[in-house]
Amino acid sequence: MIDLFGRLAWGELKLFEFFHAPSIDTAVASGAAWMAVLGVLAVMAWLTVARRWGWLWSEWLTSVDHKKIGIMYMVIGFVMMARGVFEGIVMRAHQTTALDGGVLSNTHWAELFSTHGTVMIFFVAMPFITGFMNYLIPLQIGARDMAFPVLNQISLGLTTTGAALVMISLVVGAFETGGWTAYPPFTGADFDPGPGPDYWVWAIALSGFGSMFSGMNFAVTIYKMRAPGMSFMKMPVFTWTALCTSILLIFALPPLTVACLMQALDRLAGFHFFTNDLGGNMMNYANLFWMFGHPEVYILVLPAYGIFSELTSMFAAKRLYGYTSLVIATMSIAVISFCVWLHHFFTMGNSATINAAFGIATGIIAIPTGVKVYVWMATLWGGRIRMTTPMVYMTGFFILFVIGGLSGIILANPAINWQVHNTQFIVAHFHNVLLPGLIFGIFAGVHIWFPKAFGFRLDERAGKITALLWIVGFCLTFLPLYLVGLMGYPRRSAAFDNPDFVPIMIVCMIGACLLMAAFAGLFVTLWISIRNRDALAVPLGDPWDGRTLEWATSAPPPPWNFAMIPHVNERDAFAREKADGQPYVTPERYEDVHLPPNTAAGMVVMIATTAFGFAMTWWIWWLAVASFAGMVLWYVVHSFREHPEVTIPASTVARHHKAWVEAASLNPGVTRDHENDTRNRGRAATDMVVAS
Amino acid sequence: MSSARHLGAAYRCALLFALLFAPSLAVAEVQGFLTPFGAIARVQRTELIWATAITMIAILPVLVGTPLILWWYRRDNTRATYRPQWHFNTKLEILMWGVPTIIIVALSVWLTQAVFRIDPYRDIDAEMAEGMDFEITGPPVPVDVVGLDWKWLFIYPEENIASVGELVLPVGRPADMRLTTDTVMQSFMAPGLAGQIYTMAGMVTQLSMIADSPGTTVGQNTQYNGTGFPAQRAPVRALSTEDYADWVETARGAPALDAETYGVLAQSGDIAKARTDLGREGDGPLVFSLAAPRLFDRVVARYRSGEPVPPEAQPGSPVYDPESASLPEVPQ
Ligand code: HEM
Ligand SMILES: [Cu+2]
Ligand SMILES: [Cu+2]
Repeated sequence: MIDLFGRLAWGELKLFEFFHAPSIDTAVASGAAWMAVLGVLAVMAWLTVARRWGWLWSEWLTSVDHKKIGIMYMVIGFVMMARGVFEGIVMRAHQTTALDGGVLSNTHWAELFSTHGTVMIFFVAMPFITGFMNYLIPLQIGARDMAFPVLNQISLGLTTTGAALVMISLVVGAFETGGWTAYPPFTGADFDPGPGPDYWVWAIALSGFGSMFSGMNFAVTIYKMRAPGMSFMKMPVFTWTALCTSILLIFALPPLTVACLMQALDRLAGFHFFTNDLGGNMMNYANLFWMFGHPEVYILVLPAYGIFSELTSMFAAKRLYGYTSLVIATMSIAVISFCVWLHHFFTMGNSATINAAFGIATGIIAIPTGVKVYVWMATLWGGRIRMTTPMVYMTGFFILFVIGGLSGIILANPAINWQVHNTQFIVAHFHNVLLPGLIFGIFAGVHIWFPKAFGFRLDERAGKITALLWIVGFCLTFLPLYLVGLMGYPRRSAAFDNPDFVPIMIVCMIGACLLMAAFAGLFVTLWISIRNRDALAVPLGDPWDGRTLEWATSAPPPPWNFAMIPHVNERDAFAREKADGQPYVTPERYEDVHLPPNTAAGMVVMIATTAFGFAMTWWIWWLAVASFAGMVLWYVVHSFREHPEVTIPASTVARHHKAWVEAASLNPGVTRDHENDTRNRGRAATDMVVAS
Repeated sequence: MSSARHLGAAYRCALLFALLFAPSLAVAEVQGFLTPFGAIARVQRTELIWATAITMIAILPVLVGTPLILWWYRRDNTRATYRPQWHFNTKLEILMWGVPTIIIVALSVWLTQAVFRIDPYRDIDAEMAEGMDFEITGPPVPVDVVGLDWKWLFIYPEENIASVGELVLPVGRPADMRLTTDTVMQSFMAPGLAGQIYTMAGMVTQLSMIADSPGTTVGQNTQYNGTGFPAQRAPVRALSTEDYADWVETARGAPALDAETYGVLAQSGDIAKARTDLGREGDGPLVFSLAAPRLFDRVVARYRSGEPVPPEAQPGSPVYDPESASLPEVPQ
């Protein structure tokens, strides 16, 4: 028996903790576990009742369509974000009561900041940006799919594995308590022999492979599959940022994965990479982790910059100012981001020369970042700005992000950093760049491309209210933390003894409630929009007077994206076609389209690696061997099978395309004055022409 | 010069920024980063104000300009000129790249000077005192700091005393600190006097600080190290020479910090627990006279023997057992 379940015992089930020892603390722990379990059961029940299992399997889980994979990434992101936001609120509630104590036990508090950070970075932010890149890259470069569609699905499988392991830790056992950075030796076997750090190690190591594969896939796709005529300097800006992010993914993820595996060796095999004794040295871990960790912030924020670039020019109805500057800035950020990692530990006793060098390097990276902000301002200058929901997010981003930049500059100075490192100042700083920088960008992007993906717009009024809630909620929740940070309150601290903090914590709590409402607002917006989907429908595919190729398709686009691969002569290819009055044309001849067939590869990887990670966490060796061997075997067997392509006959392509072109031609087109009413069916009377 | 005027404006902004933090300035009993009473921390605060002020030059245009642009170029403003094809301007480009570059150059020069000036490894000596305009009134006080779960042990090798949970320093004399930990990594910070430095097992880091008037700040751990983390806060008190001498005298008469006592102290727990375990009445910080010399070096040596240290012999481990965790001897 013991061997069958490794070190797993019934007592590890957190569902019943509350019933054994009722308290607020255990209520939160058990409640969360029940929520996870019931959530999964509810989804399964719905799938059964609605007879949707087959649909889920054949339309989604086994699909290799980059658009569907992108949407699935977004779904994972939102599901995990529900957890992350909820944990954030619980932490804020705890700190509100934390004058000499707090409602939660210190252990649960530590688990909360650790899971919250891990979830938000690896299973919210990463899926969001990967989802966007998946959806947009092929459409923007005029391609039909990724370079490696099956690998793409496998990446999704590995990301899901990581998310699943973190979710399982909510129900079985406990997560680690060393934060999202999981610094040894605190997370080493000598100090925490339990399953927590193992959950972290395997969730991060396995999903790390997925992210690295994604990076390779995107980079090759962008290098090799651009439409004829699209030279690098004619690529849309989002694609540029995606390229830089992909390069970062390829080079930044391996140090993290290696650091995780070294931790695993320390913990399982008695190695001494990061232990206190036998020459182990945690400083190596800090270096490896941040060699990933700093590029990671640019991995996350560059695609968001790309979204902001696209949307400023779109909603200012104007060409992007300073394309070349923006590209140079993006590339330099990508390169320099590998030269600054040490600023995460100016306090480790480095020599003054080293500290100064890395402080300066960090300052240098602020130059291209500043340029970007100015470029966006110049893009707005001389435009005709429509204050749509994405622009509301953009405004919030502008104002708040520069404050985050200011605190970044402050942190880059080692002399000051010694005072604010590891305090709430840093908590304020990274939320300041991650929420307005990344999350606002993602939500703005969702508003823009949701109509492309699903064929109808999102409700503007609900969207704007939600955006405002995010902005105000953010300000109240996080800006005050700068102050408590300067007053010396350490981060990750379950309690404080300074009564002056109490009113500040109450303000933060109010802000967190607004953020909760803002998060709910996203779903209210979705709900309202689904109910009005006929009025909001934009089947013709160009609701915002878009400029790049993805708008030159129907909404949603057909599985093959483009009836014929476009030829590109200019940067904003579709804007040019519209300005020339030639946007919707049919070719003389259509050709068959070949697409890769569905495969279960991603699901096999997901199930096998989840079992493997769980087995390694709980020392269930037979399962670890079986799942790993099973996966390898499946691949070996599978590689002998023929892989027929799916052929879409030219006639089908032609029928779809002609129907769309005809509908577009019959539609008179809508000027930007009626962008948000029912007249907007996705045919734009372009502003540039109307104006001149 | 217009740049000087800019600086002036920026300085005013910084003052405004500082005023925002006024509530914290009002709290005087426990001093922090914003109300320093030592030269090092004062330099750090000055850096904060200047870095903020200078960066404002790059940021203010965005904060002010964005709302203006959004308002003036709104779609229904017929008076605004619409220039859909405008996409490049050489002068603007030079400005966009130039201004941030100049700011970063300025900040970098500044930063480098500060980093060398108050490098935690730099001894606080006459040269530094002259450069930074403060006074040294006596010889340095060596202090060895050991991070334990969840309390700080301060050893005064020259005075042959030790204190747990309180660091007492004489005003005007530099504290010459060596730091390590006898468990997981920690970070020692005394915001009113100096910034922080990590403490790592088997390794020694350094930190220097000096108080120029009597005062209290909090010596805290900022690196999460377990459930007792928030409690790991030790007052750092700077006393006048006489008061300091009195304190040292009291400590000399306190019970000895021998191997056995150290083993008990190293157990995970706060000071109250240590008091109970050691059978010492009362509450608050503990003082000891020093029985074994070179305690600090022996703590460091524990992890450098070239032999594995089993978890039972590692303080902070859930299975730590003082009986099996004697400190190694070190050559005298
Ligand atoms: C939506 C509302 C959010 C709330 C209320 C919230 C709240 C918090 C709180 C209270 C902490 C602990 C601070 C401490 O150490 O004392 C924290 C940590 C953290 N948060 Fe958030 N957060 C939110 C959103 C986000 C987002 C969107 C991200 C990233 C995309 C994020 C990333 C992190 C990270 C990385 C940590 C550090 C965890 C660690 O210490 O290891 N948070 N957050
Ligand atoms: Cu960084
Ligand atoms: Cu070290």
